[in-house]
Amino acid sequence: MDRLLNVMTFFSVSLIALVLFSVRRSHIRVEYSVSWLGAAVTLLLLSRSRNTLEWLASMLQLTYAPLALLFLVLLVFLVVFYRFSVIISELKDANIALAQKVAILEYRIESVPNNEKVKSTGA
Amino acid sequence: MMAPSGEAPLLIIVPAYNEEGAIAQVVREIQEAQPGVPVLVIDDCSVDSTAALARRAGAHVLSLPHHLGLGGCVQAGYKLAYELGYEYVIRVDGDGQHDPRDIQKIYEVLLKSRCEMVIGSRFVNGDGNHTSLARSLGIRLFRLILRPILGKPVRDPTSGFVGVNRAALAVFSRSFPLEYPEIEALVVLQRKAFRFEEVPCQMRPRRAGKSSITAVKSFYYIIHVLLGVFVNILKYEGRRKRG
Repeated sequence: MDRLLNVMTFFSVSLIALVLFSVRRSHIRVEYSVSWLGAAVTLLLLSRSRNTLEWLASMLQLTYAPLALLFLVLLVFLVVFYRFSVIISELKDANIALAQKVAILEYRIESVPNNEKVKSTGA
Repeated sequence: MMAPSGEAPLLIIVPAYNEEGAIAQVVREIQEAQPGVPVLVIDDCSVDSTAALARRAGAHVLSLPHHLGLGGCVQAGYKLAYELGYEYVIRVDGDGQHDPRDIQKIYEVLLKSRCEMVIGSRFVNGDGNHTSLARSLGIRLFRLILRPILGKPVRDPTSGFVGVNRAALAVFSRSFPLEYPEIEALVVLQRKAFRFEEVPCQMRPRRAGKSSITAVKSFYYIIHVLLGVFVNILKYEGRRKRG
């Protein structure tokens, strides 16, 4: 059990380091790093709190406490994935609306006679 | 463009993606069938000469900056038509399967019936030629599912040969299904208590290119559309309003 918990601790610390590094290099925006940091810190705390894990295992009627940790890992990451699915959907909607707007604006600009364009730019 | 003119201004929109083999002929046939009516080809970021050939054939071209898929492509046309003040829009596919001589039938029913949508159907008085077995089975399934949802039978729910009036245009400009939009669009209209009619139309074989719905995709298509139909029935409109 200790080895598994130590591995989870190492994994959580690595994840926190990776996310912070990515935020610093602007690979992940700060607002999207919060979910990952929250998940990693939760795992870190649980992997270092044997009593909480044993309590959780008894609540879930699991005879082997580390299974509770694996269950939580699954749950936490499902929530994170769900959150990112929502974000991706919103971005896709925004992206489509933006592409349509760009196309319509380009079309309208091309429809303006050349002499009108020259007047409006003051050339 | 191309401001609408006359008492019932009509715009023909043609969504097209890599249709260089058919698009010029489609545009010319529409112009012959409906002289004086503007034709807008919405080029879904084709990698071939679709846009150039459509322009050369006399169409206006709305070029999307990247590939959006059929729903996003058609909606872009609806948005532009709505912004420009068109009262009626009829969609004709860019692959040449729709006979532009049927546009007049759809337009007349749009004007007379005051329905929000008129569907050119290959199964009303028609034999449904040029429809694959997989698609025929899919159509039968969707007829069964849509009957209680729409409150009336629809014979050709997958038809892309569709005319809409300004009320439907207003709705579709704001909210339009992205992939495989025909069936979901019917449910979107039903939620607004809008009406639709079907008119008999002929379907021709594709002039060029391949259908986007292959046999492999058929199963995904059915699952996707079924899910889309039920999601549209349950849809919360709040998020859309923000856009």
